[in-house]
Amino acid sequence: MRAQYILVDGLPIPFEEGQTIMQAAMVAEVFIPHLCHHPEFKPQGSCKLCTVKANGRYVSACTMPAKDGMEVENNSPDLNDKRRTMLQMLFVEGNHFCPSCEQSGNCRLQALAYELEMLTPHFNQFYPDRPLDASHPEVLLDFNRCILCELCVRASRDVDGKNVFALSGRGIGKHLIVNAESGRLADTAFSLADKAAHVCPVGVILEKRRGFAIPIGRRRYDLEPIGMQVEGQARRRSGEL
Amino acid sequence: MSSSSEMSALAPNRKLRFATTSLAGCFGCHMSLLDIDERLFDLLERVEFDRSPLTDIKHCGPCDIGLIEGGICNAENIHVLREFRSNCKVLIAIGACAINGGLPAQRNHLDLGQCLQEVYLTGPGIVGGQVPNDLELPLPLDKVHPLHEIVRIDYFIPGCPPSGDAIWKFLTDLLDGRTPRLGHPLLHFD
Repeated sequence: MRAQYILVDGLPIPFEEGQTIMQAAMVAEVFIPHLCHHPEFKPQGSCKLCTVKANGRYVSACTMPAKDGMEVENNSPDLNDKRRTMLQMLFVEGNHFCPSCEQSGNCRLQALAYELEMLTPHFNQFYPDRPLDASHPEVLLDFNRCILCELCVRASRDVDGKNVFALSGRGIGKHLIVNAESGRLADTAFSLADKAAHVCPVGVILEKRRGFAIPIGRRRYDLEPIGMQVEGQARRRSGEL
Repeated sequence: MSSSSEMSALAPNRKLRFATTSLAGCFGCHMSLLDIDERLFDLLERVEFDRSPLTDIKHCGPCDIGLIEGGICNAENIHVLREFRSNCKVLIAIGACAINGGLPAQRNHLDLGQCLQEVYLTGPGIVGGQVPNDLELPLPLDKVHPLHEIVRIDYFIPGCPPSGDAIWKFLTDLLDGRTPRLGHPLLHFD
């Protein structure tokens, strides 16, 4: 049987039956912006940053199964404009004050804002009031930066088997909670060794006493833009591939 | 009239007028502007400073470009911002505070009255304090706001502060008639 392909911005990408557009793109080292997707977890398609146009329809690349001959529009001004608007909404909804954030330079939300050249949050700031949880001896929780990607929820439930995190509330009232009677992280079985301690794409789950071990300016996305860290993508952009 | 003088009448070869100010900011962005170092001489070939901490002119006249650092935390900030908007053809918000409120906006989830009480009356080591109440002091706003929530802003230069190189790239793009663009590594929020 001949190999099956999708066309991402005209580039033929092979895929295996059952793979999503995102999975095929990751194997082929084609960069599709995303926040809530992680290759080790079940896709949920909530952040919508990976929205692409497949055969003319807007779909989430992380949940849409690839189909032979599917034409996928990914890196286009139209899609990047929409993605930038979604980033702006995420920025104003929380308190994303990068200069005071330990994750600055390692943050995927910030890195995507750089990648998509977001210069302003554009909308009115919400300035929500979300107290910190510093109860745990090893980890600080700063809910101000939560983007509701549920990576910690999925990691704690599916990998660690501890169910430490969950989302509560509806609509604009939706927020991250800690599964304990007191609501405090110290009163759960959470530990720094958990998968959930290392999947946050922003600066909510922070290891204590490590914040500035690597100085600002020398961090992951300070060194190289997020899109260029996908090797094949970088080589295609530079004309090598 | 010759065609060349017609051209110069349409696009007069004059220096652009350039105003800057710091509202609820720390002057860090102005320090970064000074970090363009000897390129300041190149800039001064092309622009003339109007109101700015560098000239100490108190009110801005008609300008081509206005550069504003800092967010809006009191009534005077709003007056100054509106003065800039009504006088500047192009208004640029520079730095985290102008763009999203920045550090001063970290008080936004606190009650302003309680802030003043704690800082001037009940905080550690304060004896016989009083909340400043001079008529000349601008009234603080209950929340700090970024500039674009008050007036239309044409361009944004993020960073806390943006580097001298980022400011130079942005201003030269603008002065040369290109769409200003900050790529890696000039675009950063921290």
